[in-house]
Amino acid sequence: MHGLVNRALQGFLTDTYGKAIWNEVRSQAGLPFDGFESMLYYEDRLTGDTIDAAAAVLHRDNLSLLEDLGTYLVTHPNLEPLRRLLRFGGDTFYDFLQSLDDLAGRARLAVPDLELPDLHICHLHRNSFVLEVTWPVPGVSAVLLGALRALADDYGALAILEFDGSGGGIERIKIELLDMAHASGRQFSLGAVSM
Amino acid sequence: MTGVATFALEGGALDVLMPMHLWFGADERVVGVGPTLAKIAGDEQLVGQPLFDIIDLRRPQAAQSAEAILALAGTRLRLALFCRSDLPFRGVVVPMPGDQGGFINLSLGVSFARAVADCDLTLNDFSPCDQTIDLLYLREANAAIAHESRNLTARLQSARQNAEAQALTDALTGLQNRRAMDATLKDLTEEPMARFGLMHLDLDFFKEVNDTLGHAAGDHVLTHVAGILREEVRKGDVVARVGGDEFVLLFRDCDDPELLQSIANRLIARLEEPTTFDGQSCRISASAGSVLASRYEVPSPDQMLNDADIALYASKNRGRAQHTYFDDELLAPAIGTARPN
Repeated sequence: MHGLVNRALQGFLTDTYGKAIWNEVRSQAGLPFDGFESMLYYEDRLTGDTIDAAAAVLHRDNLSLLEDLGTYLVTHPNLEPLRRLLRFGGDTFYDFLQSLDDLAGRARLAVPDLELPDLHICHLHRNSFVLEVTWPVPGVSAVLLGALRALADDYGALAILEFDGSGGGIERIKIELLDMAHASGRQFSLGAVSM
Repeated sequence: MTGVATFALEGGALDVLMPMHLWFGADERVVGVGPTLAKIAGDEQLVGQPLFDIIDLRRPQAAQSAEAILALAGTRLRLALFCRSDLPFRGVVVPMPGDQGGFINLSLGVSFARAVADCDLTLNDFSPCDQTIDLLYLREANAAIAHESRNLTARLQSARQNAEAQALTDALTGLQNRRAMDATLKDLTEEPMARFGLMHLDLDFFKEVNDTLGHAAGDHVLTHVAGILREEVRKGDVVARVGGDEFVLLFRDCDDPELLQSIANRLIARLEEPTTFDGQSCRISASAGSVLASRYEVPSPDQMLNDADIALYASKNRGRAQHTYFDDELLAPAIGTARPN
């Protein structure tokens, strides 16, 4: 697993629960002392071990923890660059959903060895979608559920998202888009970032 | 060209396909502009203006008439709006049918990021086919990744500094460094009935080698000296480089001033044998001073180093290239005596 993914997990645990909790997770999961490095590559096993250790330390179940991770990825100020990159997907939440198939490819444009979940969006009818997710670590749909709910808020859209089962290595999320302009959402200006 | 010679598009369709187009008539006045170009122009009204009042054509050459600009049809143009001369565009012009003027399509070129920020452009201001959005995305992604890389480099650098601070070896000679020598000396002085010798050795004429033959020759000499020192001590003894051309040697289980004297004589004799570097002969010598732990009731590292130092400078004062064993008598005349290098 790419260090960027693991580093996001580490950032979520540190920013949300504090350094002491992270240290406990790190030692339970048998991670290197300095934690994960964004630009290195790690065995997939370590990612799963970290999630299991965090769930044990925090007395949470894996899926609810992963959903919080998804929310964190979109809403935490430390990850504002990531929120911006996601908003490039489309001008509305509807456009954004349509762009999800390209997400992994876009990520590879920036970081060629970054493997993100393989997403496939199926447009069932007018406002109804099913998102199929393929990824080596189970529970990935919980991360997406948290992230997509936060993004719907970000766009000011009203949507209902829920798990839609899994099978054959694919996890599914059902999305009902009720209102694209339900609220004002968060500001996104293409050229707002200073570099 | 083959196929349909001319076809019509409504203005709205043109705006979708080419939101940065500009269309001028036979009278060289602007007939229409795409919505994104209008947005970039801001308050400046483009439609109805004479083309060459608003367009600054820079490459491949300036043009001041419809005829001149249409002569460049199909080639890559570099141009700007006079009202936004800081945002150069890339463009292409084609003639309208029936000598009815021309049609220019523009893109942002490499100034895309500034244009997007300054003119507050949104995703909707670009054609879905336009890759400017991907460029913006890449630019931000690269900045984020570069930020991560810089963090990693900073962490590695501080780890390296820590490692260097904790190192026990002199990088050039492979001898122990000051830190390692201090630690061993402390251990030795803390042993009950400590019996060991300490020798402080300083090269003579090393500065001359460095100054006349250069630092590479100096480094060569230091490496050569380190080899000799290593050969001349027993296994278990310590040889440390504690300064530029200063060395400290610790001899375990040693309680004999004569032994220290004979070791020093042998060392100095070997160090005086010239070595060659790059065909040049490098000649140095060494002065040394030493002291035994047994002369103190309770030896302390600082005291022993200090006394060996006094003995060393006695050797230097007596004309270099020799060894002095520390003696209380050395203390009196040392006061007020200048120390030669």
